[in-house]
Amino acid sequence: MNNMLSRVADSIYWLGRYLERAENYARFIDVNYNLMLDLPPGMDEQWEPLIAVTGDLEDYKKRHPTSDRKSAIFFLAFDEENPNSLLSSISRARENARVVRENLNKETWEKLNEVYLQAKQGYKAKIWQMDDPRGFFIHIKYAIQLLYGIADTTVARTEAWYFNRLGQYLERADKTSRVLDVKYHILLPAPEEVGSPLDYLHWMALLKSVSGFNTYRRAYGKIVPHGVVEFLMLDKFFPRSTFFCLTEAEECLYKISGYSGKGFSNSTEKYMGELRSKLEFADINDVINKGLHEYIDDIQIKINIISNTIHENFFMTRDNLVEQKQVNE
Amino acid sequence: MLFDTYHCSGNYDEMFTPDGECRDHYAPFKATLEHMPKKKLYRLQHSTGKAQMAMGMTFNVYHDNEGLEKILHLDIVPRIISGAEWNRLEKGLEQRICALNLFLQDIYNDRKILKDGIVPKELILSSRDYLEPCVGLTPPKSIWCHITGTDLVRDEKGKFYVLEDNLRCPSGVSYLLESREIVKRAFPELFNKLGVRPVSDYPIKLLNMLQSLTGKERPTVGLLTPGVYNSAYFEHSYLAQQMGVELVTGADLMVQNQRVYMQTTKGLEQIDVLYRRIDDTFLDPLTFNPNSLLGIPGIFDAYRAGNIAFANAPGTGVADDKAVYAYVPDIIKYYLDQDPILENVPTYLCEKQDDRQYVLDNIHNLVVKETNAAGGYGMLIGPKATVADHEKFRALIKSNPRNYIAQPTLSLSTVPTISKENIEPRHVDLRPYILYGDKIEVLPGALTRVALVKGSLVVNSSQGGGSKDTWVLYE
Repeated sequence: MNNMLSRVADSIYWLGRYLERAENYARFIDVNYNLMLDLPPGMDEQWEPLIAVTGDLEDYKKRHPTSDRKSAIFFLAFDEENPNSLLSSISRARENARVVRENLNKETWEKLNEVYLQAKQGYKAKIWQMDDPRGFFIHIKYAIQLLYGIADTTVARTEAWYFNRLGQYLERADKTSRVLDVKYHILLPAPEEVGSPLDYLHWMALLKSVSGFNTYRRAYGKIVPHGVVEFLMLDKFFPRSTFFCLTEAEECLYKISGYSGKGFSNSTEKYMGELRSKLEFADINDVINKGLHEYIDDIQIKINIISNTIHENFFMTRDNLVEQKQVNE
Repeated sequence: MLFDTYHCSGNYDEMFTPDGECRDHYAPFKATLEHMPKKKLYRLQHSTGKAQMAMGMTFNVYHDNEGLEKILHLDIVPRIISGAEWNRLEKGLEQRICALNLFLQDIYNDRKILKDGIVPKELILSSRDYLEPCVGLTPPKSIWCHITGTDLVRDEKGKFYVLEDNLRCPSGVSYLLESREIVKRAFPELFNKLGVRPVSDYPIKLLNMLQSLTGKERPTVGLLTPGVYNSAYFEHSYLAQQMGVELVTGADLMVQNQRVYMQTTKGLEQIDVLYRRIDDTFLDPLTFNPNSLLGIPGIFDAYRAGNIAFANAPGTGVADDKAVYAYVPDIIKYYLDQDPILENVPTYLCEKQDDRQYVLDNIHNLVVKETNAAGGYGMLIGPKATVADHEKFRALIKSNPRNYIAQPTLSLSTVPTISKENIEPRHVDLRPYILYGDKIEVLPGALTRVALVKGSLVVNSSQGGGSKDTWVLYE
């Protein structure tokens, strides 16, 4: 098996990231819609926090005066000017796949192409105007999960696989920590509201938005803020906890470099190992003592550094013209 | 019945004789179609476009800088060619490719054919496709044109003529292969019944051929594409995928010490063979077009040093020059001492004074073509053009006669094609694909391009053409 072209590795990594992003958005929208149905009468729908989770609230506010459901769903799912919207993410995933199509198997390409055509169809059908758009988002979520299934059973565990997973797990680590950051602060209730039905609904929605409700229940039982934080950030077994994602991403790096000793063989492995072990040996008190927001902020900065070093270490190519001139001289 | 209203006039129809009798090799197909409710046929046709979209069988059309993905319309009624007919075509193509390859080797080296005055020296040396840097070079195994996609047409008597040789980077083979998969779904029972020869091993043969171009046991092969914005990108990625080779762009490659390397996640890795899908003059800005951003500086040096093989070899375009085309029958005779099996369309070279006068006088009856253009551009169809257009081309010819040839208007054969209401005759051409490695092999299938507009003779996809699956029968 040949080594991968840097350009191809780049595209496959981003294919992983964008698909994960799209799947997360589909789930977020579905869960938030469900939550809104349970709000007491007279209470306004809350979509702004969800947009805040995606990190694009500023951009949203520039173009949309209100945070009504239709505007929010349009922005999150179909707005082509929002580079992270579901449709933008799927389009980019597909564009990256198209560029490296020779590296994908037929099923993967055709199913991904189908998801893309369905997302475009959703745009044409103006899904955001529908009274109940959940069917669309649930369908997209499953269609992407089908792609994961196809990959799991057909893709060889070579470099391409690990670059794809690296992208996927980094994206997931990022999204889970963001969802926790934003929601936690909104949810920390006034003392008199603790344990109220509404409080429960919100915590449940938070867990559901990362598909973790049932797992949390079995592992932790009672829904308490500290438990949720520990579960989403530090849990050793839940595949969407930040710690778990970083562990998997780190494993991908070692598979890519072929390094099996202790420590690291490149700067990405170094930063990844540091971050992973920080979470591995942290307990919930460390997080709370530092302050959840500060703690998560630090994680996000480090994930960004890791992303940048991935680019530098694996994807950057040299300009062949410059090189040639040097040789000629 | 489906074919009751089917009438063709004047030209050769692939399915029916002039008396309206179904030709033998189409009989089982006709029987199947007549048992099929018309609605079902139209449903199958309709689902074809959807299948193509889902498979991403698209080409890009650029308009106002915004890329649009379009599919090449596939008409599911196949074009069927009997075994006997095909055998003759096959022999003719082998002969032609063999002679053209010898011609290329000769004109870049000994130039015997020019010295012997069979082909005028100035014609070759004045061709802008005669590449000076290739002079004195012999590619691996002396093969220049590894992949050819010859265009053929049939006149009103059913006789095949070669229209163009396409020795540069012929495209379309991916549509042939994918169309077969789609049409197989539409008429599964017919393939055995008729004995249709398979085409799916083409990528294997292509890879074998490419690998045979070096002495290495396991050479690294790549397909060089201009990139995702090229209209044939689907084909590039499809063929790379089917062969399991790297799809590379110029920016992925670099040359050091006359060797070509890919830039991988773990540094540089040497590449040995490139199936290039970019024009030869864009390959290397240091040797050819200095403005080329698609190419790889220094790669021609590596080629000269024998460290990279190209398919097709740079320089083949000169044999594709439409003025050189007129000499192909002489070229066959000269190198092989054989009469050509496949005929040329009679061609008037505007450079020759007598020919030019004839063309100027009869332009309303002729098709005028630029010697270097392709894709149906730079062309005048005399009988369908306006008087003003005739004048415009007369002036063009006079100002640059070397740049133009003319041919009589051919009627082009027809094949039943699904139109809005009915099955109607539409004009087609035929593009078989020929590989030249250890031996010359013609893929038993072809791209049949069809002019979807009633009466139209222009089959180019850029101008309203579609395609058909071509069934070559064993018998």
